[in-house]
Amino acid sequence: MESTIIKSRNFNASFGTNHVVKNVNIDIPRNQIVAVMGPSGCGKTTYLRCINRMHELIPGASSSGEMRLNNEDIYQMHPIFVRLKIGMVFQRPNPFPNLSIYDNVIAGYKLNGIKLPKADRDRIVEHSLTSVALWNEVKDSLNKKGSFLSGGQQQRLCIARCVAMEPEVILFDEPTSALDPISTSTVEELFHELKKNYTLVIVTHNMQQAARVSDKTAFFFLGELVEYDETKTMFTNPKDNRTQNYITGRFS
Amino acid sequence: MNIESVKFRLGKSSGFQILIYTLAFACVIPLLFILGYILEAGITKINWHFLVNIPKPVGESGGGIANALLGSVLIIAVASVIAIPIGIMAGIYLSENKKSRLAYWCRLSTDILQGVPSIVIGIVIYFWLVRPLGFSALAGSVALAIMMLPIIVRSTEETLKLLPDSLKEAGLALGLPFHRVIFKVILPVGVGGILSGVMLSIARITGETAPLLFTAFGNPYLSVNMTKPMQSLPLLIYNYATSPYTDWLNLAWGASVVLLLWVLFLNIFTKIITRKWKVQL
Amino acid sequence: MDTSVENGSITRSDIPLRVISSSPEAILKAKKRTRLSFRQIRTETIFKKTLMIMGLIMIILVLGILLTLIVQSLPSIKALGPSYLWGKVWNPVSDVYGAWPFLLGTLLTSFLALAISIPFSISVAIFLGEYHPQGWLPNLLKDTVELIAAVPSVIYGFWGLAVLVPIVRDLETHIGVEPVGVGIFSSSLILAIMIIPYAASLGRSMINMVPSHLKEAAYALGATRWEVIRSVILPYTKSGLFAGILLSLGRALGETMAVTMVIGNTSLIPKNIFSPGNTMASVIANEFTEADKPVYLSALIELGLVLFLVTVVINMIGKKIIDRVTND
Repeated sequence: MESTIIKSRNFNASFGTNHVVKNVNIDIPRNQIVAVMGPSGCGKTTYLRCINRMHELIPGASSSGEMRLNNEDIYQMHPIFVRLKIGMVFQRPNPFPNLSIYDNVIAGYKLNGIKLPKADRDRIVEHSLTSVALWNEVKDSLNKKGSFLSGGQQQRLCIARCVAMEPEVILFDEPTSALDPISTSTVEELFHELKKNYTLVIVTHNMQQAARVSDKTAFFFLGELVEYDETKTMFTNPKDNRTQNYITGRFS
Repeated sequence: MNIESVKFRLGKSSGFQILIYTLAFACVIPLLFILGYILEAGITKINWHFLVNIPKPVGESGGGIANALLGSVLIIAVASVIAIPIGIMAGIYLSENKKSRLAYWCRLSTDILQGVPSIVIGIVIYFWLVRPLGFSALAGSVALAIMMLPIIVRSTEETLKLLPDSLKEAGLALGLPFHRVIFKVILPVGVGGILSGVMLSIARITGETAPLLFTAFGNPYLSVNMTKPMQSLPLLIYNYATSPYTDWLNLAWGASVVLLLWVLFLNIFTKIITRKWKVQL
Repeated sequence: MDTSVENGSITRSDIPLRVISSSPEAILKAKKRTRLSFRQIRTETIFKKTLMIMGLIMIILVLGILLTLIVQSLPSIKALGPSYLWGKVWNPVSDVYGAWPFLLGTLLTSFLALAISIPFSISVAIFLGEYHPQGWLPNLLKDTVELIAAVPSVIYGFWGLAVLVPIVRDLETHIGVEPVGVGIFSSSLILAIMIIPYAASLGRSMINMVPSHLKEAAYALGATRWEVIRSVILPYTKSGLFAGILLSLGRALGETMAVTMVIGNTSLIPKNIFSPGNTMASVIANEFTEADKPVYLSALIELGLVLFLVTVVINMIGKKIIDRVTND
């Protein structure tokens, strides 16, 4: 199996005439955690949303270039298939408010009309919730709606919902920016476990988080991929001036 | 500025306040008076016979409004079956396509349709359906359905617009196709508002007479045939209230009470659901 | 479908799920999953097209209504020309058609109704918007006023016929006018009651929207409540209140049943406000089924066309004003 799971070549994205992602070339390695960081408006979230083809849902949005999953061009596939293999966790936890916790976890199957036998469903729910360290906390309230869960728990529920679909890659769009510090660290602890089975791409505006959790880091600035390297190297010995300035806090 | 002029200004302000309060609460008086009068005039006419018999010819006493009751229920039911799916889907279309040209014209058309007088809709349907096919309850239902549409479209659009984008994104990111995102994610959460809009539209058309004048036309007999003329409650009231016969006038009073209670109940019920779901229409 | 299994991953792109095990059941499940996904993609396209068609239906309905009205009015437009609209005599039996009695009747009833109802509507609006926006009593008032709009117009007409008309008849005997009871005056009274909620409800939301810092500036200068209302609130909400009045007017113009039952069905130019008369809507309601000649029917439809255009224009102006005010 190739060690690169997602490959971007000359990838560009725009909102109408506003060119926000410029000529990105990146190889994301399998079963690793890649952090994407940069100041506000640098294009990191837009780039992320191009990977699972959420970007094109905005009227006027467009993209060009190559984006490959396991060497297949995802822009030649139907977006539904792309999203079944590349999951996404959003900035604000968004569990479905009208579904129970149990139903939220298997929502990817249930809402798609896929009927699984109860044994399978139970197994998937338990496995997914365990992998996000939520099983023990909610196993007695699986039939309740998730509104009583804290922000951190809701976000972990969303990750479980993602994991239940067995994607190859999970994209995280600033997953802890709406959470308190304790929930943030609980979620960060998960990343290490999750990378055993999945590849994680995490957009973050918090560079300390990038330094803490990731194997490789990509630094975006004004739409360009300025630097992409092993995290340790990037933070101790950045090669580009702009990276250096960002890390030392000249701008954020 | 002295004390006198300030007192004068304060006096003016109090006087104005009294005027406003008086006029505001005075509005209620005609309504209460009308409701009270109708209830008093008609409540004695209502009994079991009244509800299950059809009107008797002039001169014979007794008789009831069964044909009008059944007719109203049928016509409204068919109108709802026509208007609800179209209205909700048009509302979904508008909420998903905020900027397209078609959506602009659709929104404009909905607004225009809302202001068209009901008698105009009646005469147009006369030419569309009655000229070729004869008077029919179905034509009446179509006319009423056209009146229901703007309300349902608007309330669906407004309800869905209020839902956060993150809900739709969560569904799409899971690989759900668009129609499943709508039916399984968005609509279940917005059902309160949509239901309120539907109920509002039904309450609106329950009392309508003008669109039925030249479509459903009225029928002295009990009928369930949608392709033939049918009686409805408002039509019966109109016909019998303007007649000179006491028996028929009594029938009209009783029918008025039934219609009034029905419409009031629908409106109050809608208000309760709207408040309960904390929806904005 | 040719599949290759490598280390637990089926790599063909059209099988959407990765399978952890390579057992035959797992592969079969994945294939089923694929077929489901393809079917869903087809449904998705059909659904999107259906939505668009539904949107189109609204447009087609409006165009259809306009077209029908125009086409059916053509015989009358050709035969009678524009002078139909200010023709003073309506006598279909002798083939004389003049719409002025109805235009006049409509204008008289609508504007008289407006004039009577505006003080009440505005008072409700000011009371609910400024004096008492919250509380159980104001909410009760708000609901009751909205209930006025919910009562079917045929019931207003019936009540008018049974109660109001005899009272007006007595009034007319006292004044010395011919005691018919039915007529412009009675219709205007009933109409006035019916249209109160429209200006009241819109007016209330407009008055509610006045920013408190403007009011506070006036209070801080020592203004009384009345002065704040007069010099801050009313000027600020001028357009919005006007839009509310337009909405009430639109409603009045199109109202049929209550007016028909109480206006006296007389196709003559009303001599004074106590005369019986007809409005465009009421003459259509009364004479549509009796119109035995094509020009007769077409003349009535032409009235319908005029009604349609006038009410649509008034409502559109009202909506434009509301949009402008709420987007400022």
